[in-house]
Amino acid sequence: MTEYFLCLVLFCLGLYAILIKRNLIKIIIGLAIMEYAVNLFFILIGYKNSGTVPIFSSLKEPRPEIMVDPVVQTIILTNVVIGLAITFVLVLIAMRIYEKYGTYDIRKVNRLKG
Amino acid sequence: MIQIQVLLVFMIIAAAIAIGTSDLLGAVVSIGAVGLGLAIVFLLLQSPDLAILQLVVEILSLVILIRAVGIKDTVNVRERRFIATSISVILMGLFLVFASLAILEIPKFGNPAMKLSFLYLKDGFRQTGVPNIVSAIMLDYRSFDMLAQIVIAFTAAIGVVVIARKKIYVNKDKK
Amino acid sequence: MIKKPAQGMTLIVKTITRYTVVLILMFGMYFIMNGHLVHGGCFAGGIIVALSIIHIMLAFGKDVAFKRITERAIKLCIGLGAFSFLLLGIIGFTKGAFLYNFFRKPGVDYIGQPFSLFSSGIMPLMNLAISLTVASGFCAIFLALIVYKPGGGDKNTGRKL
Repeated sequence: MTEYFLCLVLFCLGLYAILIKRNLIKIIIGLAIMEYAVNLFFILIGYKNSGTVPIFSSLKEPRPEIMVDPVVQTIILTNVVIGLAITFVLVLIAMRIYEKYGTYDIRKVNRLKG
Repeated sequence: MIQIQVLLVFMIIAAAIAIGTSDLLGAVVSIGAVGLGLAIVFLLLQSPDLAILQLVVEILSLVILIRAVGIKDTVNVRERRFIATSISVILMGLFLVFASLAILEIPKFGNPAMKLSFLYLKDGFRQTGVPNIVSAIMLDYRSFDMLAQIVIAFTAAIGVVVIARKKIYVNKDKK
Repeated sequence: MIKKPAQGMTLIVKTITRYTVVLILMFGMYFIMNGHLVHGGCFAGGIIVALSIIHIMLAFGKDVAFKRITERAIKLCIGLGAFSFLLLGIIGFTKGAFLYNFFRKPGVDYIGQPFSLFSSGIMPLMNLAISLTVASGFCAIFLALIVYKPGGGDKNTGRKL
């Protein structure tokens, strides 16, 4: 049970970085930490004690009763690539903001027009 | 498992360093450490496809983040904000208390309730002829998810290429 | 004592890159082709192939890398991968359901010979289509973010690098 608790502590650390920090790169880092925590939580749910990889190496071995959960791994596989695409778009927006305003500070990014 | 707990403590310390330090390049290196530790944890949880994917994705995002940070050489200026920090820490402590009460309700670590997965594991190899059950589920039983995934990757690529080329509107003469 | 070259990285990095790029590309292709037999997959294999192209661009500079890998080729590959996945779906639509595994004969277990490379229906073809889109897509993102000049390039000469 402590594994679940430590995973939620990691999630809270990422949330703290998004709420409190005022540098744009720290906000992106906080979002990445939250993503890692969510992916880890799903895989922790699907683990079986002394289980093996869900890949057959011959027609009967290994038996399907001792394999870990494969459905969860399928969902998280697509989630990781989505997270990568989100990070790319966020970094692009941060670089464009730096070109216009000269700083990463979010309190100075406040011009509405022009 | 004791190995997973030790690695999780390492990841928490590296994440705390990443969001606390005032040097931006050091923060990017620490987030790389968190991602690589996560790849080892995936390997210990018996999912090697995910471990390789997490490793490669971490390397690619490190390259992009260093480009956003390293060339410009900016340093973060620290300033104390006491009220906002204490309110958020209290709220997160409350969240952790209630979450640990909720953790006691879900099945214990290591005994999942695999009702749907057992059907896939029993008949998957016989019906599709694919030894890798994760690939069989991803590309045969749930191939609509792959269609949506291609849409996401395609949109991200085209969106980045279009936005990165436009000229910024610098308003110099109007007031 | 050792002068920095005008473009790209130093001589040691360039010499090693000539050998390692081929190995990384071969490993990426192996990872994609064996997606249905051993640990493998389309996403990780596509990103490994994209990383090999990024390796060339980082080590040799922009001008040398762009002589072989043009921008038109990358844009063509993005569309080609997504279109071939859709084509596989429509061929399956005429034989039963959208994205149906049309190599399956009703009543026969184990499509093809299990544990051989050309088995399991359209799954290797889907792997190739998805990894083509993913590899060229992430390579195009790297080009747009890091290699190109901001603002669309030079207005006088038309150079984008």
